Amino acid sequence: MLDIKNLHVAVGGKEILKGLTLSIQPGQVHAIMGPNGSGKSTLSYVLAGRAGYDITGGSITYNGEDLTALKPEERAAKGVFLAMQYPVEIPGVTTMTFLKTALNSQRRARGEADLDAIGVLKLVRAKAKTLNVSEDMLKRPLNVGFSGGEKKRLEILQMSVFEPKLAVLDETDSGLDIDALRVVAEGVNALRDPSRAMLVITHYQRLLDYIVPDRIHVLAGGRIVAEGGKELALELEAKGYEHIIKVPA
Amino acid sequence: MSIAAETKSQVAEIGEKYKYGFVTDIEMDMAPKGLSEDTVRFISAKKGEPEWMLEWRLGAFRRWLTMKEPDWARVHYPKIDYQNSYYYAAPKNTPLKQSLDEVDPKLLETYKKLGIPLHEQMALAGVAVDAVFDSVSVATTFKDKLNEAGVIFCPISEAIRDYPDLVKQYLGMVVPVTDNFFATLNSAVFSDGTFVYVPKGVRCPMELSTYFRINASETGQFERTLIIADEGSFVSYLEGCTAPKRDENQLHAAVVELVTLDNAEIKYSTVQNWYPGDENGLGGIFNFVTKRGDCRGKKSKISWTQVETGSAITWKYPSCILRGDESVGEFYSIAIANNYQQADTGTKMIHLGANTRSRIISKGISAGKAQNTYRGLVSVYGKAKNARNYTQCDSLLIGGDCGAHTVPYIESRNSTARIEHEATTSKIAEDQLFYCLQRGIPQDEAVSLIVNGFCREVLQQLPMEFAVEAQKLVGISLEGSVG
Ligand SMILES: Nc1ncnc2c1ncn2[C@@H]1O[C@H](COP(=O)(O)OP(=O)(O)O)[C@@H](O)[C@H]1O
Ligand SMILES: [Mg+2]
Repeated sequence: MLDIKNLHVAVGGKEILKGLTLSIQPGQVHAIMGPNGSGKSTLSYVLAGRAGYDITGGSITYNGEDLTALKPEERAAKGVFLAMQYPVEIPGVTTMTFLKTALNSQRRARGEADLDAIGVLKLVRAKAKTLNVSEDMLKRPLNVGFSGGEKKRLEILQMSVFEPKLAVLDETDSGLDIDALRVVAEGVNALRDPSRAMLVITHYQRLLDYIVPDRIHVLAGGRIVAEGGKELALELEAKGYEHIIKVPA
Repeated sequence: MSIAAETKSQVAEIGEKYKYGFVTDIEMDMAPKGLSEDTVRFISAKKGEPEWMLEWRLGAFRRWLTMKEPDWARVHYPKIDYQNSYYYAAPKNTPLKQSLDEVDPKLLETYKKLGIPLHEQMALAGVAVDAVFDSVSVATTFKDKLNEAGVIFCPISEAIRDYPDLVKQYLGMVVPVTDNFFATLNSAVFSDGTFVYVPKGVRCPMELSTYFRINASETGQFERTLIIADEGSFVSYLEGCTAPKRDENQLHAAVVELVTLDNAEIKYSTVQNWYPGDENGLGGIFNFVTKRGDCRGKKSKISWTQVETGSAITWKYPSCILRGDESVGEFYSIAIANNYQQADTGTKMIHLGANTRSRIISKGISAGKAQNTYRGLVSVYGKAKNARNYTQCDSLLIGGDCGAHTVPYIESRNSTARIEHEATTSKIAEDQLFYCLQRGIPQDEAVSLIVNGFCREVLQQLPMEFAVEAQKLVGISLEGSVG
């Protein structure tokens, strides 16, 4: 489903990703772990198509298509979703309005008919309930004054409303207490599906107790430096990153 | 190109950016070009006006000749040649009074294109409409229902003939003939506009609405609106404006006067979408307008809401004179300036009575190479004890070549007054745009969504049916503003 080959990415002229190779099949959940500043968010932004992240080498293929040729909104319509590390506030735009606008934009791009206000309301309410997102949050301006946990739950709510094919979760666990973490993890697990791939980015092993990945990649200095099954996370936890990372100078 | 072919091609452009930019090919009855006492007499005669009205106009005209065009606003434009314009243009065959069925079908077609439902749709919408096409009012719907309630809603030219006492009592009392250059010019040559009188204790049974349309070229539009809300009455009034695309600048100098007596309320909303000129700043309407409300009665209230997206230049300051004790003035404004548009707009809240309150919420959006100025005055007089004002001015910048300016004047002559002022300037952040794009919302829609969010407090003040239109307009007027 997703094939990243020898990817090089520069931001503001500085090379951040230095030859990253990674491949995910439908139905799989992969985790990316790595210390701060290793390029995890950079990878997520490149997959989503954020401006300012220049691909200087390598390729990204998504369902056989060159992903880099698509605009960010086209990627979204084709099922690429990024739960962001720092969700953005949009004053004056209620969460519900935002969800409706986004959902119908994606549908339109796929040639599907708009869902009317009542249809969207029903859909969102049903999903919000299981994720502990209150009616009040849906009426408030998007992310404005939301706590860290509320923002992250809202990201997962959006993921379950849009039903993406490829979901990238960038440190969705950071800043969550254990209860919130459990709610988020349950939301993610509920979306595990043979046709869906997920890339879970995290700094801590903790999240992987709840979301058990098929494969773990360790990112450091812009490259994958170690790979393995779920036991790799435990090893990282016990021995620390330094032990595993042998970053060339 | 023949006029008919031109019209066709312009109609074909509907649906692109300025979708109201078409011209209706219709035979016009015009005054000779230029401005003189003869022009004033011509207009007055066309309207079949009584002698007193002609004298009033001539007085204004003579006064105007001695006045100088104001230059204090932050707007720049070539000198206007007042002799090189027509001051009266009316569709031919317009008898003074007529029912809707007699209106030229071409005109009705025009209004249909503008999205104004004059016929059955109006019944459903429950809105009464007076439509002003260039210089004359062509149709007023819902007369009967309003008559029953005792509400007078008619072209002002008709009011001058049919209700001379009311007109004499109020015309020019809020905006005096000598008020300012453009208001004085309007007093001399105004051709039509709307008159509303809501009697004591009556809540007007429907929204009232006027659509102004400039069609003829080289023609100025000078409409005059007068609304009187008698004791304990309420009326909500909305005006909308459009004009064809033309390379020349056309002058629009309207005067609106509102009067509320004890416990009365007027809610006045404007969606101004005059042609703004093209992306190089060619053409567009000069919108030099004087709007003022007199809260004459105790506990009366006047609320202005404006959505200003059009015009090459906007110069307007809808104001409230808070004369009655405990009277309330409100000003809610969205001003969008894109490309080379210039807007200098705001309000004046004049606190004369005790315990008067005013509230100003201004949202200015600048994009392209536009300049957008909020200019406002809050003035508290000596007798206005416990006067309160709250002002909030927010500016949003899109791109690096535009400007936003806030010029608040505050004068207080009463130590018990409390005046609060808040101002912010922000940009559409790249991370906000990216967030929207990532969720599948295309760029122009994302800008529209973010700007509509920024304007929310003001949009909420509009009557429902118009809020939806206004939201769309906000998006359309900023299309392509982010690279
Ligand atoms: N906009 C930017 N301009 C310049 N450097 C950046 C920018 N964004 C990130 N970086 C740098 O790129 C590296 C990787 O950052 P990031 O992808 O956020 O790492 P992580 O998510 O793994 O913590 C860091 O050294 C960071 O300082
Ligand atoms: Mg990060």
